[in-house]
Amino acid sequence: MQKQVAFYSSISAAARAVAVAAIGVAFAATAAAQSAAPELAARDWKVPRLADGKPDLQGIWTNKTITPFERPAELADKEFFTREEAEAYVARTLERTNRDNRTDDVNDVLSAYNAFWWDSGTSLLPSMRTSIVVDPPTGRIPPLTPERSAALAAQRAAIEERCKRPGCAVANSGALAPADEPEALDLMTRCISFGTVIPMLPSAYNNNYQIVQTEGMVAINTEMVHQVRRIPTDGKPHLPSHVRQWFGDPRGRWEGDTLVVETTNFKGEFFGRMAAADENLRVVERFTRVGPDVLLYQFTVDDPTAWTAPWSGEIPLTRIDDLLYEYACHEGNRGMENILRAARQEIRAAGER
Amino acid sequence: MTANSRTRYVRTVVGTFLALAIATGCDRTGDPAAQQPATSQQPAAAQSATVGRPNLSGIWQALNTANWELEAHAAEPGPAPELGALVAVPPGPSFVVGGEIPYLPAALEKRQMNRANRWTADPEIKCYMPGVPRANYMPYPFQIVQGTDAIMFTYEFADAVRIVHMNDPGEAPANSWMGWNVGRWDGDTLVVEVTAQHDDTWLDRSGNFHSNDMRVVERYTLRSPDVLLYEATIEDPNVFSRPWTIRMPLYRRLDDNAQLMEFKCIPFAEHVLYEHVGAEENGE
Repeated sequence: MQKQVAFYSSISAAARAVAVAAIGVAFAATAAAQSAAPELAARDWKVPRLADGKPDLQGIWTNKTITPFERPAELADKEFFTREEAEAYVARTLERTNRDNRTDDVNDVLSAYNAFWWDSGTSLLPSMRTSIVVDPPTGRIPPLTPERSAALAAQRAAIEERCKRPGCAVANSGALAPADEPEALDLMTRCISFGTVIPMLPSAYNNNYQIVQTEGMVAINTEMVHQVRRIPTDGKPHLPSHVRQWFGDPRGRWEGDTLVVETTNFKGEFFGRMAAADENLRVVERFTRVGPDVLLYQFTVDDPTAWTAPWSGEIPLTRIDDLLYEYACHEGNRGMENILRAARQEIRAAGER
Repeated sequence: MTANSRTRYVRTVVGTFLALAIATGCDRTGDPAAQQPATSQQPAAAQSATVGRPNLSGIWQALNTANWELEAHAAEPGPAPELGALVAVPPGPSFVVGGEIPYLPAALEKRQMNRANRWTADPEIKCYMPGVPRANYMPYPFQIVQGTDAIMFTYEFADAVRIVHMNDPGEAPANSWMGWNVGRWDGDTLVVEVTAQHDDTWLDRSGNFHSNDMRVVERYTLRSPDVLLYEATIEDPNVFSRPWTIRMPLYRRLDDNAQLMEFKCIPFAEHVLYEHVGAEENGE
């Protein structure tokens, strides 16, 4: 393991150097690489099509990047990195994610992740944007509505009250939460929803997707965790509005050479970046082939009872020469057993059962 | 995995980054009639994988009792007397060519033990991915999406999914629940070879099982536009004395509003999976 860590550290250093060098090339091409889809198309390149004439979105794609989701506060109104800022940002990020975090306490395990595990890559988006979020122009998502904010605060207060008693543990959110029943744990711990599947946002690793397409259907398999989105493009209506699913119900249509996907019918339980969303969420995504190895992905999150305004982002997916692994999360969920066991024993030891 | 190594970490980073940065691209075809995605890394020969072949795309479902038991059996009480006929085991014919599964003697004993414990030991109870061939005859729909050089089989149950690679993907990187699936055409029949499956899955609810050396060869042939004839030959020298074959039709779901819905069964399995964890009486 040590040897492999050293190998990946050296690769990181080499990759960092290469990434920095490549930034020079990317910077020169910034004008061509900005978000307007048609401008990214090569002079000689034409989008390949299936027999039905629709653009071919198939392949294995990744959205890994070290571009942050939201613009860091210290960058204020800066929409794009300068070359120097980009180099510094990449160097700082790689140093932070790879530094030796070893301690002698329980945090030693929590802090053990470095580039051996992370698969965020070593490069920024070639657009040189300072965030994945592009609207609002601040690069940061809008505030919550007062009602949603109050509701979440009330939930947190109830949890804090509950966690004055035994049986709580630090959750993936970083806050204490009840840990003695599966239903009390978060969707990631239960292996129901890992990462942010809708919209397609990069995560720690397994940032890979396979698209298989036939007439009337585009299917996207999200590697983490084998979540398939089946997107009909044949004009079928959505499920009835009372039928709710964790990953909603997607419907696609072609607007020229862009696949537009609208997803509704969400249950209203989310994890991670979308945790504040509720059952009124509607996500619109746009997929456009812009080059032989690039699939431009743009999304808009619209949830009027959660955020005060819709917000949008974009990230080009790049083709990878690899195959997806099967991420069988639930089948191997020993973490759940250990978490429940610890919480239940703590409750019993405190004489509360 | 193509012939090129999968471990080209630096090259992949550089390659994709430069491909983004250099907007002119290095494509090889601008032919709009090409079925093949124009990438710098895929061989042109892949075009033949599905062009000119029967299109198996659609929503399919078995309409039989294979998931209850692959061999012929009479009706039996189910696991919950208070639910009466709702969860009784229905009778069913054999789906095994020749009638019986040819177990080795020691393996047959294990099958009998599985069967005796089926209301607790069946991995379906735990919402585990069912493996192949069982996923195809569970009583829920699945969808075939026949792409250009990959065919996706996506199942409603437990979000199970497998990708059938139509171009040689090399060796399986590891065992998995839904196996390593390699496909080819034999005339108008899709042939899929499935290897590298975990041995934790069962072949039905009655305890029929396999080891992780099992090899399954499936054959899919359209009998008519809406009926697929499905055969699977199972070979596992650790468990069976010879290869054996199951055979059944799969029917296209013709409903106007047919679609796979979300059957995330994890919440339904959590109680039985975790109720005894941390219980004092178990000495945990």
